[in-house]
Amino acid sequence: MKQRQAEDLIASIPYAQMLGIEARVMGDDFLLVLPYLATNIGNPTLPALHGGAVGGFMEVCAMAEIRRHNIDLPFSKPIGVNIDYLRRGKPVETFARAEIVKEGARVANVRVRAWQESFDKPIAALSGHFLLPKKPTDNVSEQKKS
Amino acid sequence: MSALIERLWEIGPVMVDGTPHANAIGMKFVAVDKGRATLSLPYNTALIGDPRSRVLAGGAVTTLLDQACGLAAMAGFDALGPIATLSLRIDYQRAATPGETVIAEAICYKTTRNVAFIRAVAHDGNEEDPVATAQACFMVTGKQYKVSGDTDSKDEAPAS
Repeated sequence: MKQRQAEDLIASIPYAQMLGIEARVMGDDFLLVLPYLATNIGNPTLPALHGGAVGGFMEVCAMAEIRRHNIDLPFSKPIGVNIDYLRRGKPVETFARAEIVKEGARVANVRVRAWQESFDKPIAALSGHFLLPKKPTDNVSEQKKS
Repeated sequence: MSALIERLWEIGPVMVDGTPHANAIGMKFVAVDKGRATLSLPYNTALIGDPRSRVLAGGAVTTLLDQACGLAAMAGFDALGPIATLSLRIDYQRAATPGETVIAEAICYKTTRNVAFIRAVAHDGNEEDPVATAQACFMVTGKQYKVSGDTDSKDEAPAS
């Protein structure tokens, strides 16, 4: 996927626009950036990013990762996500990268890491299952039972 | 009504409106009680996650549930103080109906000295047909203080 396609993909999601999410493609590498926006703050006294904003950012990252391999198909739908908050989200830019652990015929298992200053110091991690859109070539009755 | 709950009714709406991200997505305070909180999220096209279906983004529901769980956690402790989300698990039962307000009801069913355990349901009018269910843990991150007037308080608020 080219940088331009990634930008268009993110631009097509109103919620991602509201969070201010940007896409970066460097060769095979794909990551999302959540620039610091005052509207993403959850605790103004600390200050800290809202857990929901960080969680939503990682969900978008997981869905974009699945979609980029099947750009012509619709988005997948989240079934269940587990979010661990590891460090306070400081009011600086945040990055997220997703890894598809397993992509089956109907469900993908994805892990996302979100970090700020250092990749080795993640601020949050998401692990989730996403329901994949039906592929036009899918024919359940002809699928090999495994 | 205990002084703590009375105080929570005062600060509940302020806490939602005073949380920039909750405010930005249009979240509203509905109710609070001992270990319970209800918040709502009116439908907003800026929160659409899938432009084809116009369904709210999972992340918007995540934020609503996180905030409701946080308020329930705060209402679950016997003293007020800063808390932070440790973990949040969300199961999406179905897509939220486009155009409908999503309501999140959270119950803090257990607190220890430093941790609160909460479960929550998000629905768009019928509790029996949830949009999502959540399970969360929150942790105390700073000094808690008793709300004056609660006679069962063992230790008083610090003088400082």
